[in-house]
Amino acid sequence: MRLFWYVAVMAGVTYLIRLLPFLFRKKVHSRFFRSFLHYVPYAVLSAMTIPAIFYSTNSVPTALVGTTVAMVLAYLEKPLVVVALAAAASVFAAGFFF
Amino acid sequence: MGVFLCLWYNIPGIYFPGSGCDLNKNFVRGMRDGIPIALGYLSVSFGFGILAVGLGLSVAEAVGISVTNLTSAGQAAGVGIIAAGGSLLEMALTQLVINIRYSLMGLSLSQKLDESFSTPHRVLAAFGITDEIFAVAYAREEKIKPAYLYGLITVSMAGWTLGTYLGAAAGQILPERLNSAMGIVLYGMFLAICLPPAKKSKGVLLAVLVAALCSTVFHYAVPGISGGFSVVISAVTAAVLCSLLFPLPEVEP
Repeated sequence: MRLFWYVAVMAGVTYLIRLLPFLFRKKVHSRFFRSFLHYVPYAVLSAMTIPAIFYSTNSVPTALVGTTVAMVLAYLEKPLVVVALAAAASVFAAGFFF
Repeated sequence: MGVFLCLWYNIPGIYFPGSGCDLNKNFVRGMRDGIPIALGYLSVSFGFGILAVGLGLSVAEAVGISVTNLTSAGQAAGVGIIAAGGSLLEMALTQLVINIRYSLMGLSLSQKLDESFSTPHRVLAAFGITDEIFAVAYAREEKIKPAYLYGLITVSMAGWTLGTYLGAAAGQILPERLNSAMGIVLYGMFLAICLPPAKKSKGVLLAVLVAALCSTVFHYAVPGISGGFSVVISAVTAAVLCSLLFPLPEVEP
């Protein structure tokens, strides 16, 4: 039952965030707020990724290999799926050595 | 094959009458454009399925979360909070900050909607605004019709849900080394979203660096802090700082 409320809050908040601006056609005029909205996605993803990515596999060395591969490919602007799967493949390969 | 094509072309007309959806080609076009998104989601949500089951959720619960949320970063943070027994307030705040980007996307997208996009259609389609669906829909030259967006969302959601199921169910029987490797998939995708714009914009670069630095400091210096709050505080700090230092140019009124 506890889980139900967690998921309800999670899904409810996420849906409302999507719905409200989509519904009302508001234009954001505040320069600061527009800038804030622009930077938030990147800041969020970065904070979620570092340092969690280093502990996302079963050992830090393999995670470091995967992170390096992902960073290089992301820097080269490869598609999302390519970056994500190449990171996983390199972790898998590194697993034979570490 | 014939039956499949028949369904493919007729279901939209039956289920979404009088909405530009009677033009089935919009729905089909949306479905076709959704295929690459679905393939990407399949691998990422596979990682989410493994993550969720690893944190103690059941297969059905993991799939339930994917069907009701349809968001990678929010779900990854959400199951972390569930596993850590965080408060509902923490859950709400975390989802708010992590997913606030959808507001911006919803705003942009709302400027490109066809006249046939009535309020009920907006209420329904809003559920499917994700980074990738937004990117594909926004890149279209013509106005977005409800049927097109429904097609895009349907296929993408199918990929997201199926991937979660496969990851959650197969995660338990996959070899340890493969599980370990799939654990990095989501984070790899996050890097792929962040780094290209950081190359081009000093503001984004600073936001990424400051957020990563804050989050790292929290992780090691404040061991008691929950992941959700750490992400919220780090991201807001970085975004406020960058909005002050590198505000976006003024727009025409």
